[in-house]
Amino acid sequence: MRDVAILGVGQTRFGELWDRSFREIGIEAGLQALVDAKLSSQDLGALYLGNMASGSLIDQEHIAPMILDYAGLAGHHLGGIRIEGGGASGALALHEGWLAVASGAHDFVVVGGAEKLTDVPDAEANRVVTGTADHEWEGVFGATLPALWAMVARRHMHDYGTTREQLAQVAVNAHENGSRNPNAHYRNKISLEAVLGASPVAEPLGMLDCAPFSDGAAALVLGPLERARKFTDTPIRLAASQVACDTMALHHRRDLTTLDSTVVAAKRAFDQARRTPADVRVAEIHDGYTISALVALEDLGFVDKGAAGPAFVSGAFGPGGKVTVNTSGGLKSQGRPFGAVGVAQVVEIVRQLRGEAGDRQVAGASLGLAHDVGGTGATSVVHLMERVN
Amino acid sequence: MSIARFWRETPRRYNLGGCRCPTCQTVYFPPRSVCPVCVNHRRSIGRMEPFQLSGEGEVVTFTLVHEAAEGFEMQVPYVMAIVRAKEGPQLTAAVVDIDPADVKIGLKVRATFRKLREEGRAGVIHYGYKFAPMDATHHPPDRPAGGTRLPATTATTTTVGSEARA
Amino acid sequence: MKQDVGIVSYGAYVPRYRITPAEIGRVWGTDGAAMGASLGVRRKSVPAPDEDTITISTEALRTALIRGAIDPQEIGALYIGSESHPYAVKPSATVVAQAVGATPNLTAADFEFACKAGTAAIQTCLGLVGAEMIRYGVAIGSDTSQGAPGDALEYSASAGGAAFVIGREHVLARVRHTLSYTTDTPDFWRREGQRYPSHGGRFTGEPAYFRHVTECTRRIMDRAGTTAASYAHVVFHQPNGKFPQRVGKQLGFSEAQMRYGLVTPSIGNTYSGAALIGLANVLDVAKPGDLVLMVGYGSGAGSDAFDFQVTDELATYDRSFGTPVQEFLEGGVEIPYSVYAKFRGKIHMGGEA
Repeated sequence: MRDVAILGVGQTRFGELWDRSFREIGIEAGLQALVDAKLSSQDLGALYLGNMASGSLIDQEHIAPMILDYAGLAGHHLGGIRIEGGGASGALALHEGWLAVASGAHDFVVVGGAEKLTDVPDAEANRVVTGTADHEWEGVFGATLPALWAMVARRHMHDYGTTREQLAQVAVNAHENGSRNPNAHYRNKISLEAVLGASPVAEPLGMLDCAPFSDGAAALVLGPLERARKFTDTPIRLAASQVACDTMALHHRRDLTTLDSTVVAAKRAFDQARRTPADVRVAEIHDGYTISALVALEDLGFVDKGAAGPAFVSGAFGPGGKVTVNTSGGLKSQGRPFGAVGVAQVVEIVRQLRGEAGDRQVAGASLGLAHDVGGTGATSVVHLMERVN
Repeated sequence: MSIARFWRETPRRYNLGGCRCPTCQTVYFPPRSVCPVCVNHRRSIGRMEPFQLSGEGEVVTFTLVHEAAEGFEMQVPYVMAIVRAKEGPQLTAAVVDIDPADVKIGLKVRATFRKLREEGRAGVIHYGYKFAPMDATHHPPDRPAGGTRLPATTATTTTVGSEARA
Repeated sequence: MKQDVGIVSYGAYVPRYRITPAEIGRVWGTDGAAMGASLGVRRKSVPAPDEDTITISTEALRTALIRGAIDPQEIGALYIGSESHPYAVKPSATVVAQAVGATPNLTAADFEFACKAGTAAIQTCLGLVGAEMIRYGVAIGSDTSQGAPGDALEYSASAGGAAFVIGREHVLARVRHTLSYTTDTPDFWRREGQRYPSHGGRFTGEPAYFRHVTECTRRIMDRAGTTAASYAHVVFHQPNGKFPQRVGKQLGFSEAQMRYGLVTPSIGNTYSGAALIGLANVLDVAKPGDLVLMVGYGSGAGSDAFDFQVTDELATYDRSFGTPVQEFLEGGVEIPYSVYAKFRGKIHMGGEA
């Protein structure tokens, strides 16, 4: 296997993009990434497109050739493959792109992630995203995706004394970071009181504990590290790409407050990169719900099991902390276009490692982590990126 | 949801029909065609035995849902819980006939039979298990085994590929 | 009856919620408390939004099967009497049979005869069991009846049911006699597709309820050679608290004889469930040797009468599982009309046709 570099990144604004279609945003992100990589489309071997539910959300399946076609590449006849893994679809697409380049099957590929959630009513979007959990044994009985995560939160509070205020602080920090991200869905700062007082969705989670439904797309160009200097002065090495799965239903997990898929994917990733969690300075983690972020910090190895709440409130994961998380604003503030999330996380890490993150920049970051989750953790994907000097 | 998709699960949804691994005796709900514990030596394939849950269990976590799943709009706010059945497996279900403020981790519950959802006003009605608080009168009487005989027909046959039998 | 056939197990179920006539009257600007007093109804039961005739029947029957340690596979017939079957076409009985594990070797059907469909089901089971065509027959009377908002019926129409297993072995209450009295008398009905029933007002009284119940009671006592004084307990159909008391008094029964059979004042009129929940309450307290008379009534119209003799088996019958009827009568959680309207589907959600 050869080393793989990220040569270019692209991302649309996230949010309620009423005037823009799925194909427009997909193409915008892809072309940005190609331009950023200074790569000709003729050099491309394939497109790996992460998407959760285009069939349910825009009545369009078979979207990889559609994006290639409207990007003007139909005549090149390159391969286009859609990849689905719920909210982890984008990160899975990156994993597939990494495999293709690392193996030598392709030299240059585009990895994309795109989702259009606002073309259906909220109730329909809720139904679709709940389908990333176990429909037959959770959804049928009245569980929603936030309800399942709320049950993780309740158990975490019970087992470890995690408080409602600690959960709320995750959302407050996300908006603080997102306020500095021009691509973010929500750029307003919010107070702890606002999070605590928001209308309940599934107790103990309220509306401001839950990431929004957003439209958006993001893209990356990958290529062999040994040829990277030809295209960019700041190649970022993809140091690890790991996927792990677990039971579909939350109720079948070994432990209701641990995502074993994340624990295993992270361990494999750190082994692959021969690094440890202590080496990571900047991380984009899954915060679809405030509890998701606390559980992720524990499962990724940044803090002991059960200790994430107090650690988060103490500032360990804010600016100047041992790991700065979700400088993009995370899913909560930057937005949650499900299939695009995993790719956008990597876009942010690449910008941080290149030193291009503007007033969100974390000083001295050389190793970054991206963590994406599908459903309630049936799939977790962990990527490690490092600056090449 | 298509009629067949719900109908084929009625032995599980109506009667909590699960299965048990003959090798390690672990009980599963819903039934599985291969035992995750014994999965490595494949001995369980094609040999999982039907096993009926009693319907008794305990709440291990719960939430009060305000933004309803489709078809549950008239029931908000409703309690959803993960229940650990007495026999071991955990399942997700609503908890009814209780003030939400009284739901606690550790609450003893028993299965009850309720409407889950309707396919609109003209469509099929889906029924299945929910849980209600266990009270003193709902502990099954202490009788010799077989006293409350369980329905043989609710046992499910697990399907396996033909290669698994070879 | 030629041989010992009767009830071998039973179970009742009443939903958890209650509403008072005063609360109903408050919404319609009438003196609900006075209405309740004139009907003899203190509270009525209200089903949760996820309960219907099928779920109530299942709960009642599961209790009966566990109490009697009855193998559901030995059930040869299962009939549910109700005027609120969730489907106009598609049996409730098949769902219940599947839910208790009685399928597939049985016959099943839904009965409809206003409020006496459950007693008609008992008679049918007696015939099948008595003829030794089946080992056990199940008869259920269950309803989630509705009165039109503001109608007098709204103060009494409630939800509940009871299930009786009929058999020849370990009989708790032997049926000595049963007979019926049936005429075409349209006092109460619901046309196909109509949401709420209609009724003939005061016509539901003398020519309907009173004539049929009285005639049927006299005829069964004639056949049995009994008088009112022969019975330890009597159960009449009870559309409200007043009719059964009046007809009982006219026929010479005392308050004490009627006490346990009268459940409507506490839970409202459960229609097909009414007389059967009353009978279940009687069996919760009856003694071996007691004679029990039950006379059902269904609009349209007819009465079914049963003369039971309680056996020694009742003394050892294990009722430790399942809620005693008395707890249903005294328990429950009162709800305001707003919640009642939500639970009963009287609120129309967005997007509905």
